[in-house]
Amino acid sequence: MIRVVLPSHLRTLARVNGEVQLEVPGRVTQCSVLDALESRYPVLAGTIRDHDGGQRRAFIRFFACEQDLSHEPPDAPLPEAVASGAEPYLIVGAMAGG
Amino acid sequence: MSGVRVLVGTRKGAFVLSSDGKRDRWEVSGPHFAGWEIYHVKGSPADPDRLYASQTSGWSGQVIQRSDDGGATWEPVGNKFAYDGTPGTHQWYDGTPHPWEFERVWHLEPSLDDPDTVYAGVEDAGLFRTADGGQSWQELPALREHKSGPSWQPGAGGMCLHTIILDPAKPGRMFAAISAAGAFRSDDAGQTWRPINRGLQSEGIPDPDAEVGHCVHRLAMHPSRPEVLYMQKHWDVMRTDNAGESWREVSGNLPTDFGFPIDVHAHEPETIYVVPIKSDAEHFPPDGKLRVYRSRTGGDEWEALTSGLPQENCYVNVLRDAMSVDSLDECGVYFGTTGGQVYASADAGDHWAPIVRDLPAVLSVEAQTLP
Repeated sequence: MIRVVLPSHLRTLARVNGEVQLEVPGRVTQCSVLDALESRYPVLAGTIRDHDGGQRRAFIRFFACEQDLSHEPPDAPLPEAVASGAEPYLIVGAMAGG
Repeated sequence: MSGVRVLVGTRKGAFVLSSDGKRDRWEVSGPHFAGWEIYHVKGSPADPDRLYASQTSGWSGQVIQRSDDGGATWEPVGNKFAYDGTPGTHQWYDGTPHPWEFERVWHLEPSLDDPDTVYAGVEDAGLFRTADGGQSWQELPALREHKSGPSWQPGAGGMCLHTIILDPAKPGRMFAAISAAGAFRSDDAGQTWRPINRGLQSEGIPDPDAEVGHCVHRLAMHPSRPEVLYMQKHWDVMRTDNAGESWREVSGNLPTDFGFPIDVHAHEPETIYVVPIKSDAEHFPPDGKLRVYRSRTGGDEWEALTSGLPQENCYVNVLRDAMSVDSLDECGVYFGTTGGQVYASADAGDHWAPIVRDLPAVLSVEAQTLP
């Protein structure tokens, strides 16, 4: 089971509290995790990455295991600790004013 | 007894202000969608309890919310706004070609007779439509694909399609305005468009007959006189009596003719309201005095409305979508400020009082008259 932590405004939008736990079939990559997340919570489509291109939104970052994975290829495997559920995959709203 | 619901979009959420027909005591609900920018909230004329809201943020993009119970509860609907085909380019601020990129929905205009049909004006300028209550949105591409499109440039706030007006007398006729391209009209439900900017004079455009490039801030129409449109332009208040074929200036004795909103009295089609702002560089009222100006002559002759409004040290702005009227027997007028105040007048502007004083900066105000 993959653990995903959403930023607070997306938790509100998806109406979830705390971590989200997802079954991710096949290889555990950023793309497959986000596919599973958007499948479970369709309202999140377009709020983390583009609808079509899958491009990460500019002010969204992806962290795991104390690493910034935002610029990693979306199809690269996530760390084993994320794939095993030991560590969460963090979707973070970048620090920006407003 | 009839009542009023005022839908307020702010930089950090939406608020619903409700009152009975006296309009002297108000209930405030919100913030809805706290922390998000709410560019616009508007109800369906065909079903006042059907509301649509444009919710947006720099982090997470666009969400559209829909309520079927007058704003008590909301459900997110479709948020995919994909331009039709390959959208091409418009001009960037520096004059270079820039790809058309969806940024946000500025304005939602529900159909006059179908609660499930809504038009959306977006940045970068485009017009979208849903016919299924917001679940899916399709572009009406002819406006963006107008031959002048590649020459359009954004205004300071972005290249936004901010005004959509549906003609109640001629099905299929609609008006749209874009900063800074100008005003456009369609007579065939958005299948074709043409610019309607003849008579507009804009500093910064060398060609006095320029077909496009005008920074139109707002259009307003009275439903009983759909051939008459009023315009608050970047500078100048304008009027057309022939559905945009030609415009003439009606700024008259206004202290400044810069501003953003313009609206029309619900029962008097020649009574109009603006909020003069000092200049394009100084977005606040002249002399620190917040004054609504009313013309009862369709322009040219204006009177300042000050009772109940701050007349010293006031340096707020009133944005283009932040004024509205109700249609009770004595017309109510409402506007919101970037300082977070929403002011109401229950007597067509003679006297004003704040409904709320301390909201986040107000982006939009829409009044609904309830049975």
